[in-house]
Amino acid sequence: MTTPLLSLRGVSKSYGPVHANSGVDLDVAPGAIHAILGENGAGKSTLMKLIYGVESPDAGEILWDGAPVQIASPAAARRLGIGMVFQHFSLFETLTVVENVSLVVPGTKQELTERIMLFGREFGLEVDPLAHVHTLSVGERQRVEIIRCLLADPKLLILDEPTSVLPPQSAQKLFETLRRLAGRGVSILFISHKLEEIRSICSHATILRSGKVTGNVTPKDFDTHELAKMMIGRDMPAFARPKEMEQGASCLEIAGLTLETDDPFAVSLRDISLRVREGEILGIAGVSGNGQSELAAAISGETPLPRSMRDSIAMMGRNVSLLGAAGRRKLGFAFVPEDRLGQGAVPELSLVKNGLLTAHARGLKQGGLVRYGRARAFAKDCINAFDVRTPGPDAEAGALSGGNLQKFIVGREIMLEPKLLFLNQPTWGVDVGAASAIRKRLIELRNSGCAVLVISEEIEELFELADHIQVLNEGRLSERLKTSETRPEDIGRYMIESAEAAE
Amino acid sequence: MTTVLGLTLPRLVRRDHASVSMMVIAPFAALALAAFCNLLLYAGLGINPLIVFKAMLIDPFTSYFSFSEILLKAGPLLLIAQGLAIGFRAKVFNIGAEGQFVLGAIFASAIPVYAPQASGLWIWPSMLVMGMFGGLLWAAITAFWRARLNANEILVSLMLSFVAIQILNYLLLGPWKDPMGFNFPQSVMFQYDALLPILLPGTRVNVSLVLALVLAGAAWLFTQRSFAGYRLEVGGLAPNAARYAGFSQNRAVWLSLLIGGCAAGLAGAAEVAGPVGQLQRSISTGYGYAAIIVAYLGGLHPIGIVFSAFLMATLYIGGDNAMVSAGLPIAAVYVFQGSLLLAYLILSTFVRNRLEWPDKAPAVSEVGRQ
Repeated sequence: MTTPLLSLRGVSKSYGPVHANSGVDLDVAPGAIHAILGENGAGKSTLMKLIYGVESPDAGEILWDGAPVQIASPAAARRLGIGMVFQHFSLFETLTVVENVSLVVPGTKQELTERIMLFGREFGLEVDPLAHVHTLSVGERQRVEIIRCLLADPKLLILDEPTSVLPPQSAQKLFETLRRLAGRGVSILFISHKLEEIRSICSHATILRSGKVTGNVTPKDFDTHELAKMMIGRDMPAFARPKEMEQGASCLEIAGLTLETDDPFAVSLRDISLRVREGEILGIAGVSGNGQSELAAAISGETPLPRSMRDSIAMMGRNVSLLGAAGRRKLGFAFVPEDRLGQGAVPELSLVKNGLLTAHARGLKQGGLVRYGRARAFAKDCINAFDVRTPGPDAEAGALSGGNLQKFIVGREIMLEPKLLFLNQPTWGVDVGAASAIRKRLIELRNSGCAVLVISEEIEELFELADHIQVLNEGRLSERLKTSETRPEDIGRYMIESAEAAE
Repeated sequence: MTTVLGLTLPRLVRRDHASVSMMVIAPFAALALAAFCNLLLYAGLGINPLIVFKAMLIDPFTSYFSFSEILLKAGPLLLIAQGLAIGFRAKVFNIGAEGQFVLGAIFASAIPVYAPQASGLWIWPSMLVMGMFGGLLWAAITAFWRARLNANEILVSLMLSFVAIQILNYLLLGPWKDPMGFNFPQSVMFQYDALLPILLPGTRVNVSLVLALVLAGAAWLFTQRSFAGYRLEVGGLAPNAARYAGFSQNRAVWLSLLIGGCAAGLAGAAEVAGPVGQLQRSISTGYGYAAIIVAYLGGLHPIGIVFSAFLMATLYIGGDNAMVSAGLPIAAVYVFQGSLLLAYLILSTFVRNRLEWPDKAPAVSEVGRQ
C-alpha cells in the first residue's frame, strides 16, 4: 500500500467533560474520495477542525505524507496543501467572484480571471468571474468556494456537507467535479450523513459514533440500511408511508400573495397560493434563498403585509392578513422557525424562560406575573416528552446541541396543541435519530387532525412526510404535486426550471 | 492567534454559561482597576495619592453627617438608575435621563411657584406626581420619534437634555425668577409644606430615599417576575425571538422610555422638594449621566444597582472631600466616574467570555514537508 497522504493516529480532543474525539485513527490515500460518516454530534466537525488547524488535538499525532506534523492554524494547513470548503460560505456578497478569490489567492485580477475560467472548464465548475456573488445561486457560490481552494493547489480538499444546499441535479454535477479532481490525484474528505451519495461516489468511508471510529468500510459493499446501523449504532426505525387521512377544513389558505422587496439580498414573493387542511402535511421544497425566509415571515406574521395584500392569508377560516404574530398564535397557529438560536429560542435564557416565549398563554402567567412554578413544569414536560438531552430546565438554551434545542422548540410548539403547525427546515443540522423522532411526531400530529406545513431543503424528508409538495423557486410556488405520484427528479426539475429558462 | 511584539496574545472564547462568579467580581475589580489608574493619575498631578484615597473612600464614612450625605446622594442615583436599567436590559438606550430629571424638577416646582402660600399635606406628594409626569412627558418625545420614524433614541434623548436645560434657564431668567431674589436666576424658596419630610433628624436625608428603596423592590418584581419585564428582556437579548413570539418592539420602546422618564422625573422632583428647596440652575449636576454608570455597574440588576448607587454616592461625597483636602480639580471626579464605567465594561466582557491561551506546545511547525 502506498503511504497515505494523511494519517491520524489516536487523535483525541475533549471540551471539558465532552470527548468530541477519542483515539481516532484515519488514513486518507492519495486520490481517494474518503467519506467521514456520522450523525450530528458524532465528532465529524471537531475532527475536521483538528485537520484544518482550527483546534489542536489533546493527544495523538497527525502524519502528512508519512511524517508527523503539527497543524497550528488554518494558514499552516493551507501551506501543507489542505483546503476546506465550509458548509456555510465565507464569501463577500457585494464583491465579484474574482475579487473574492483575490482576497486569499495572490495574483493580478487578469491572471485570476483566466485561471478561474480554466478551472471552470477543466472541472465543470463554470462560473462568471466578473459576476457579483449576490447574483449567484447557491450551487454557483459553492463552485466559487471550491475554485478558491483549488487555486491554492491543494493535495487534500475537505468538503463539509456540500450537498445539503444543492438540488439533486447540481449535486450530480458536483460529484462529477469531485471524480475529476480525484483522478488528478487530489484526495477528498467528504463529510456527510447522506448515505446514498456516499455510496455513489466515495471509495472509502470512516464511520464515527460518539467521537470514536466504529468502522472503516468500502461503502459500495454495504446497503444504506447497514451503513445507517453502523452510524447510529442501532436499527433505523422502519418507516412506512403514513396512510392518507380524511382531510378536513382548511386551516391555512394563501391566495395570490405577492411581496415586493427593495432589498437586493431578499427575494420577492410572486403570486403565492397554497392551502393546508386538517390532517394534511404540505411540504414546500426548494433550495434555501428562493424566498423561504420571506414566505415564512409572511405566514408567521413577523413581516407585516401591505394593505394591498389585506385579503391574502386566512387561518382557521379567518382573514389574518393584517394580524400580527401574537394574534395569529391566539387562533391556534404555532411556528418552528429556521433559526433556532436568536429566533426560536433566546440563547442566554434558561429553557424555563424559553418555554415561556410562546407557551405563556397556557396558564403560565397570572395578573401580569409569570408563574415560574408552572413554567418550570412546562419546560420539564417538554424535556421529558421530547427526549431533550440537557442537565435540566435551568440550562441555557445556547448550551444545548442543535438537535436537542430543536427537539425542545418543536416540542414546545407541539405542546401548544396547535390547529396549524408551520415548520421551517425542521431537521436542518439535526442528527438522524432526532430527525426521525421529530418526523414521527409530525405524522402523529397530522393523524390527530392538525394541519402541518413544512418548508425543507431535504427532498427525502418531504417524501417521508408530506401528502403534497409544492416547490418554491425564485419566489414562485409550483403547482401542487401529490407526493405518492411524484419522483424526486420531478421536484428537482421544478427547483431549477426557471433558473435555466433565465440563462 | 495574534502575535504582537513577539508575544502571543490569548483569544477571547465564548463561555457556555454566563459566569456567576465573574458577574459578582466584575464591579469590584472595576472599582479596584479604576481606583488604581486614577491614583496613578493623581500622582502624576503631583498630589499624594494616599491623601486622595483617604479623602475619597475613607473620610465619607468617618462622620454621621458625611455618611448621611452619601444617603442623600444615593437617592436620586438609585431612582434614575433603576428606571434606566429596565430600558437598557431591553436595549433601549435612554441617555437623556438628565433632561427628564430637569423636567421633573420644573413640573414639581410649578406648584410652589404658582401657589407659594398654599399649605397642607397634599403639596409635596402632588409635586412628586407632577415630577413623574414631567419626566414621562419628556421621555415620551423620544419614544414617539423612535417608534414612529425609528429615530435613534440615544441622540434624541441626549439632545433633548440640552433643550431641557434651556427651558430651565428661560424659566429662571424670566417668568419664574424670584422677584425678591436680587436678580439671581432662581425661583422663590419653597414653603415648608412643599418640602419632603426629613427622615434622619439633623441631616438632609428625606423620605425620597425610602421611596427609592421601595421602587428598587418594585423594579426587582418587574424585571424578575413580571411578564412585561420578561418581554423586555427577550426583546433586548434577541429581537428576532421577540418578533417571533409576537412581542411588539414599539411597545418595548414606549415602556422602557416611559419607565425611565418617570423615575428620572421623580428624582428631579425629590431634588427640588428636598435638599435644594427651590428651582435653581444648579439642580442639573449630572445625576442623569452618573446614573448610567450606576445602572451598568450594578449589572443592570435591581439589587446590584442598590449597591452601585451607594458606591457612586460615596465617590461624589469623597470627590468633594478630595477637592477640599487634596486640592483635586473637579474634573478628576468625572474622570474617575468615566474610568469606572470603562473598566466595568471591559471586565464585564469576561462574564460571557474567557481568555484562552494557545497551547504551550511549539507553535507552527511543518516538519515532514521537506
